[in-house]
Amino acid sequence: MATHGGPPTVTDLDVGGVDGPRFVGRRRQRVSWRSTAIAAASAVVFFGALGWIVVNAPGWDAFRESFLDPRIFWGSLPDVIKGFWTNVRLFLIAEVLILVLGLLVAVLRSLPGPVFFPVRLLATAYVDLFRALPGVLVIFMLGFGIPGLGIAGVPVEPFFWAIVTLTLLYSAYVSEVYRAGIESVHPSQDAAARSLGLSRFQSLRHVVVPQAVRRVIPPLLNDFIGLQKDTVLVSFIGVVEIFRTAQIKQAATFNFTPYLAVALVFLVVTIPLARFTDWLVARDRAKAAAGTR
Amino acid sequence: MTAAPAPALRIEGLHKSFGDLPVLRGIDLLVAEHEVVCLIGASGSGKSTLLRCVNLLEEIDAGRIFVAGEEITAPKVDVDRIRRRIGIVFQAFNLFPHMSVLENVSLAPRKVLRRSRADAEREALELLERFGLADKQGEFPDRLSGGQQQRVAIVRALAMQPDLLLLDEITSALDPELVAEVLDVIRGLAAGGMTMVIATHEMSFARDIAGRVCFLDGGRILEEGPPDRMFSAPLEERTQQFLERIIAAGRL
Ligand SMILES: Nc1ncnc2c1ncn2[C@@H]1O[C@H](COP(=O)(O)OP(=O)(O)OP(=O)(O)O)[C@@H](O)[C@H]1O
Ligand SMILES: [Mg+2]
Repeated sequence: MATHGGPPTVTDLDVGGVDGPRFVGRRRQRVSWRSTAIAAASAVVFFGALGWIVVNAPGWDAFRESFLDPRIFWGSLPDVIKGFWTNVRLFLIAEVLILVLGLLVAVLRSLPGPVFFPVRLLATAYVDLFRALPGVLVIFMLGFGIPGLGIAGVPVEPFFWAIVTLTLLYSAYVSEVYRAGIESVHPSQDAAARSLGLSRFQSLRHVVVPQAVRRVIPPLLNDFIGLQKDTVLVSFIGVVEIFRTAQIKQAATFNFTPYLAVALVFLVVTIPLARFTDWLVARDRAKAAAGTR
Repeated sequence: MTAAPAPALRIEGLHKSFGDLPVLRGIDLLVAEHEVVCLIGASGSGKSTLLRCVNLLEEIDAGRIFVAGEEITAPKVDVDRIRRRIGIVFQAFNLFPHMSVLENVSLAPRKVLRRSRADAEREALELLERFGLADKQGEFPDRLSGGQQQRVAIVRALAMQPDLLLLDEITSALDPELVAEVLDVIRGLAAGGMTMVIATHEMSFARDIAGRVCFLDGGRILEEGPPDRMFSAPLEERTQQFLERIIAAGRL
């Protein structure tokens, strides 16, 4: 390195020398400041133009009255949030059931050998059926159809059937996520477990499934973002939740602003969860990249 | 029947194909108790397949396998019970990545032998200590060197106190400087009387440790004998060719 006090030598003038990195660092800072400025400016121009087009649209005033009424917004928000509490309860109860049922179906589907063929067939039929049917259809059929049969002892509360529908619908998807995870665990792990004398079930329970579950946490969270939004489906069978509350308000005020409140509540809850999921995925990817070095 | 104890392992007419590819075409092998047998042969000659068949990890097409006199290939035999008595260590270690070293070693004793956690962990720790791994008990496999991982895999197999230990090229995935520590462990086991069948490419190790060397070729054991004779005066031409290639590659 540089001999301080002496005349400049070749090393002193070297780009990689004392001044080199600092100069590069300063330049990089300047570049990133500039790109931020450009991004901000282009955003202002773009959204400004968009806003101008919307505000100058022929129907803008009518639109503002029926969708953006601040008085109705603030008036309906407390009830909308209260309605959302029902969605939260639906979500939490269904989520626990889905995690269990989804894993069960995935395990049943990955049981090997001819003995388990009927089990695999049933599990596969279930997954195919509930992935194929639109959610609205399922909720109508279960929520109105089954209570309509009038069998003694069968619950008739919409909330109960809402939970059942969400669980059945989402367990089909979630079981596929689990199954992909189970299949991603290398067969040599199962071989190692079996060679130690662990049974097929013990190997799944202690070796394969724990590794699989770890790998599928990000895609599972993605499905739960979907579930969170799909809880509004249950409004179709008369469960008074956030969407139904907004509908009632809309009917009373002849104004659509309560839906804006609903949208806002979902944005506030869902975006952080989505960001968290993205962060988990990125972290896993970085970890995997570090593992293969 | 003689009064002598049943051999630790007896294989009769073992056949195994993968689809149209015949890999084992009539293997006969006897391994006495406390004996160390090395399997050598070209890559793809079926060494791993033979070991996996003995551990019932592959279904066999024909033939019979006996461990300590009991036929393990009989229909309706309890494979989990058989596997408890046979340890196998793989080339790629196959440690459980989501478990610490101590959990890796104590899992099977706890779940299969139904030992209490305290007992299983105490015994696991004793074993780890014996193999110089006690300070690694809390580590996860990805924090260990290859040699340490392979030693843990050996300890994990030993924790089930197997009557027979199968080793499948356990040093092939290791950097050269890590091979010695693993081979030392195997020497120690041989000295302690463990019955072992070892598939290996390390001819000097085979020469050093084996009571008998078997050369696999064309799905059969073409030639077998004590290591000194096998390596210095092989009878079969195929064996000679194989060993010449090995010498040319500088591995003997
Ligand atoms: N699960 C499998 N499915 C299909 N073919 C297989 C399978 N396992 C092994 N084989 C084939 O069987 C043959 C023998 O393989 P095996 O792994 O037993 O050889 P090996 O002697 O252990 O070789 P190496 O010294 O390279 O480990 C090879 O041709 C291999 O491709
Ligand atoms: Mg092999």
